[in-house]
Amino acid sequence: MHIPDGYLSPQTYVPFYAFIVPYLAIASNKVKKTLRSRHVPLLALGAAFSFVIMMFNVPIPGGTTGHAVGGVIVAILLGPWAASIAVSIALIVQALLFGDGGITAIGANCFNMGVVIPFAGYYIYKLIAGASEITSPRRWVAGAIAGYLGINIAAVLAGIEFGIQPLIAIAPDGHPLYAPYPLSVAVPAMAGEHLMLFGFVEALVTALVIKYLQKADNELLTIYGGAK
Amino acid sequence: MSKNISTVKKMWIGLGVLALFSPIGIILPDKFKAGSAWGEWSPEEIEKMLGYVPQGLKKLGELWNAPFPDYDFKGWESMGISMQSLGYIASAVIGIAVIAGITMLLGKVGLKD
Repeated sequence: MHIPDGYLSPQTYVPFYAFIVPYLAIASNKVKKTLRSRHVPLLALGAAFSFVIMMFNVPIPGGTTGHAVGGVIVAILLGPWAASIAVSIALIVQALLFGDGGITAIGANCFNMGVVIPFAGYYIYKLIAGASEITSPRRWVAGAIAGYLGINIAAVLAGIEFGIQPLIAIAPDGHPLYAPYPLSVAVPAMAGEHLMLFGFVEALVTALVIKYLQKADNELLTIYGGAK
Repeated sequence: MSKNISTVKKMWIGLGVLALFSPIGIILPDKFKAGSAWGEWSPEEIEKMLGYVPQGLKKLGELWNAPFPDYDFKGWESMGISMQSLGYIASAVIGIAVIAGITMLLGKVGLKD
């Protein structure tokens, strides 16, 4: 889901930059109100975890690869605003140091993976977990569903961002200037592979961490509005 | 609180183990003959798929030369999967250090005790 340089037209990537810069400033202010300096090691762990989990490419045999983002579990632990910051730091470092995701696409990638995944995931988790006990199986089931749906919503949005490019910019010779496939190809491709496989990877990662923390130290599941 | 600290420490160790096993993320796709992620093709791959490279894509695609392209040392990509795995682990370690460092710094500066 890391959109590279060249796939998005300036008409697309500039607005995403214009959104993400003030968004991250607002997120920083929200985090200042909800987290304390003692939570910083966990925030750093969340950002580093998101980075490493994205390196675990899972193959569709003979097809494409994809991976989890880890944005849902970080949102459940530290809140969606903090998760936005953590995932965005990981994405910016991925683009700059490792060429994974374009420099021009940082705004769009941070939006898809750093805003949509944490917010969709967090609120789906909250809705399903409800007022259940912190050790209840309902919590990790909620995490699994939130992980699955969160990454799929982001995949559809990324598909739309790819798919609108041929509508925006065509070269004089009739070829698309940027991402070449139309909405009718890009959206089913991005949605299909995440519905079929990569969504389950995000679900598994989210559920496993919740299950581990329920056993090891369930207080960590109550940092951000988790305690009822 | 001290329990929280030891849990977070354990999770850092877990993250280190994940970094060591990260080459699974290139070995499995290799074994199952899976290509790039959808929409993340190189210009060469696009040329094969379409018969041309979109002009804007070609131009913008050359914008940035990352120091560790594709989580590998430059020039190691032709050295086989075992060397690439080493580059991959090194990239994981470098990435974790840089990301954790930036987050710790921002957090310590920005968040109250």
